[in-house]
Amino acid sequence: MSCWETIADYGLRSLGIGERLLPRSDFTLCQQVVLIGSGMIWNVYFGVLALFSGFFLATALALGKFSANPWLRKPAEWFIFLFRGSPLFIQFFFAYFLFLSLKQVAPVFTPFTSAWAGALVVLFLNTAAYTGEIFHGALLSIPKGDTEAADAYGFSGWTRFRKIIWPTMLRLAWPAYTNEAIFLFHATTLVFFSGFPALQQRGDALYYASYFADKTFNPFVPYPILAGFFILLTLCLIGIFGLINRRLNRHLPQARRAKMRFRMNLIR
Amino acid sequence: MSFYVSFGTVLLLLAITAPVALGFGFAGAMAARSPVFPLNWIGRAYIAVVRGVPDIAFFLFFVIALDQGFEWLRHQVKCPDWDQPIRQGSDFIVCDAAKLPLNTSAQWIHETYGFLLAVLTFAIVFGAFAANVLFGAMRAVPRAQLETAEAYGMTGRQSFWRILVPQMWVYALPGLSNLWMVLIKATPLLFLLGVEDIVYWARELGGTKNPRFSDYPHGDWRMWYFLVLLVFYLGFTKVSEVVLDRLMKRLTHGQATAGGEMQRKAA
Repeated sequence: MSCWETIADYGLRSLGIGERLLPRSDFTLCQQVVLIGSGMIWNVYFGVLALFSGFFLATALALGKFSANPWLRKPAEWFIFLFRGSPLFIQFFFAYFLFLSLKQVAPVFTPFTSAWAGALVVLFLNTAAYTGEIFHGALLSIPKGDTEAADAYGFSGWTRFRKIIWPTMLRLAWPAYTNEAIFLFHATTLVFFSGFPALQQRGDALYYASYFADKTFNPFVPYPILAGFFILLTLCLIGIFGLINRRLNRHLPQARRAKMRFRMNLIR
Repeated sequence: MSFYVSFGTVLLLLAITAPVALGFGFAGAMAARSPVFPLNWIGRAYIAVVRGVPDIAFFLFFVIALDQGFEWLRHQVKCPDWDQPIRQGSDFIVCDAAKLPLNTSAQWIHETYGFLLAVLTFAIVFGAFAANVLFGAMRAVPRAQLETAEAYGMTGRQSFWRILVPQMWVYALPGLSNLWMVLIKATPLLFLLGVEDIVYWARELGGTKNPRFSDYPHGDWRMWYFLVLLVFYLGFTKVSEVVLDRLMKRLTHGQATAGGEMQRKAA
């Protein structure tokens, strides 16, 4: 079987398209690369959607934590503490069994017991909490002069936030936010190890990598392949976020632009 | 009962891993700083490689890799006249005497061995993070302090142990406390390494119990078990936060940093 046939059979295997049975013996390198790559579809799906939706909740949380009104501040603080203080792995487990019990009460929750929706909700809330903390830190370090200048120009309310506070907050938070995005993509690998079932063996990249490692007793092939895919993904992310960072900082003189520093790979 | 013991497993893991990882980190940072060529190269490579690879993949990879590495070493030593290849197709075969742990040994030895592999894996991964933090902290100690030490005629070794090491902790503490928090939150990954930890027992005990097989039948309680775990971790994080805050206050006392200056003014 040539490699092209393997790609045709297994390229979209993680979505349930193509060959039904996973290879069982005589694993070729091509099969491993294609299947693990096919699993990356799920990692990208979880990462992109959670990051995008989490961004808005994070902004709201940061503003809530920043506000002087305790009715807004306390819930935001508790939410952030709850999701940052406990392991993501336990959150996945808890959410999965919570959705299982809720399913008994109301059938609305049926989709949430499968990974595509349930894990996405957990990742969304989790990344919102982490990002909210980053944005809150950025809000605290907005230069006093910026807001004073905004007041002097007569900005107020929504325009003041939209034109002055929000862009500055994003600009200051962006390097840390980039790291958060990278962690989030790494965290997506936990999904199928935490209760959420991989129906018909439609799993993510790590699911297939550990499948091969279990079958071949040889971890030295699938995990480096996985690492390679993730390094590629990380490089893409850094590229995209770097472009946005350039745009956010475009009004500053060259020397004062925030340097992006990447600290990879901490477990949540 | 095993459920409560497994909380102990987690605490034990933390208690062993933290100092070992700190030791790995210290060795790594010292190696990365050393002026000897291959040594500093090894130290830097250790830090860079471990930090650059995706997270749990590393945990899954290291447990098998370490296990096979140990068995391979023992195989080389104990069975020199073994002529078959070790990798036969998809099997990893070593002679019986080189099996680790031996096939004949008791169940608890197997479990302890698994636990020790997990500790070693955690220590290697977190050691690299700690090495990075300590390496930065060593460079953050003001140059003038070391120059003064040299002016007093201390040798390189003396100034390292007497001047640099005592002063670097205050610079290292924010990074290390962050690392400790991350380490706490990484402990449920023990489950993935095949150790029977709290996650394993929460799944086992919480599952639906049939009256035919159990004296205490109940429905699906796994949700509540995991809620307990969630609260356990939240409490643990909170306590660590408070303790580390206190420690930081003590360490900044009398230091030539902004924090120390603030304490001096407040007093």
